[in-house]
Amino acid sequence: MPLSWYLIVAAALFCIGIYGVLARRNSVGILMGVELMLNAVNINLVAFWRYLSPDSTTGQVFALFVLVVAAAEAVVGLALIISVYRDRRSIDAEKIDLLRW
Amino acid sequence: MTVPQFFFILFALITLLSGLRCVTTRNLFHAALYLVISLFGVAALFAILEAGFLALAQLIVYVGAIAILIIFAVMLTRGIVQPSGTQLNSQAGLAAVVSGALLFILLRVLPGFNYPATEAAVPADLTTRLGQSLVNEFVLPFEVASVLLLAALVGAIYIARERARVREQAREQKTAGED
Repeated sequence: MPLSWYLIVAAALFCIGIYGVLARRNSVGILMGVELMLNAVNINLVAFWRYLSPDSTTGQVFALFVLVVAAAEAVVGLALIISVYRDRRSIDAEKIDLLRW
Repeated sequence: MTVPQFFFILFALITLLSGLRCVTTRNLFHAALYLVISLFGVAALFAILEAGFLALAQLIVYVGAIAILIIFAVMLTRGIVQPSGTQLNSQAGLAAVVSGALLFILLRVLPGFNYPATEAAVPADLTTRLGQSLVNEFVLPFEVASVLLLAALVGAIYIARERARVREQAREQKTAGED
């Protein structure tokens, strides 16, 4: 199957993630959208690796690093959310406005 | 339609539909479960692309660890998760327009590209090569990634622990002891 099929799936998943990030009110929902976007990027990386240079490992290594950074992001993000919830009894992203001018 | 194409379409549909449900469902717990299904579909796509190690790493890291973390966070902040109330903020319509427009542009552009795709097969010892390149060619990023994970671990514990309450309790115990 052509490479563009994978790119189209990744693009659709990325746009779904963007919608989740922009439209969700709950901070955990926003983090879920970010995870979807990172996965879309990984599909792109692995598809390009498979179709353009399957004999090198660069594409897979890059996808692995994206995985690591996604894990670190999720851990710190959820710790922040729990800390904010403890402080303000709410994780509504529209109500967390202490730093907004 | 060949067998790989059938499986590709099947898992792509699973990924996209559950991803869509993940961002639109009202119940946040259900959203987390849909996220798990979607990440599982991505792992299946990796397997179709013959990236076996990445598919397994995706299963372990995402489905095993990150999904559990997110479900934990949903449960710990359960009081505000009302399935009845709206989960969308005031800019939801604008968000739909922006993401839809981006999808439209990408769908117009992507099929027209002519990528110089090779028909070369994936080498049989791919996982071995992956491990060797992680400690030879990419050893510096590898070490930086481990430091990043350590920093995230320490930072998460520092941010999430209950500082104020612990201090209050200690003070109460101290005053009780003085009395």
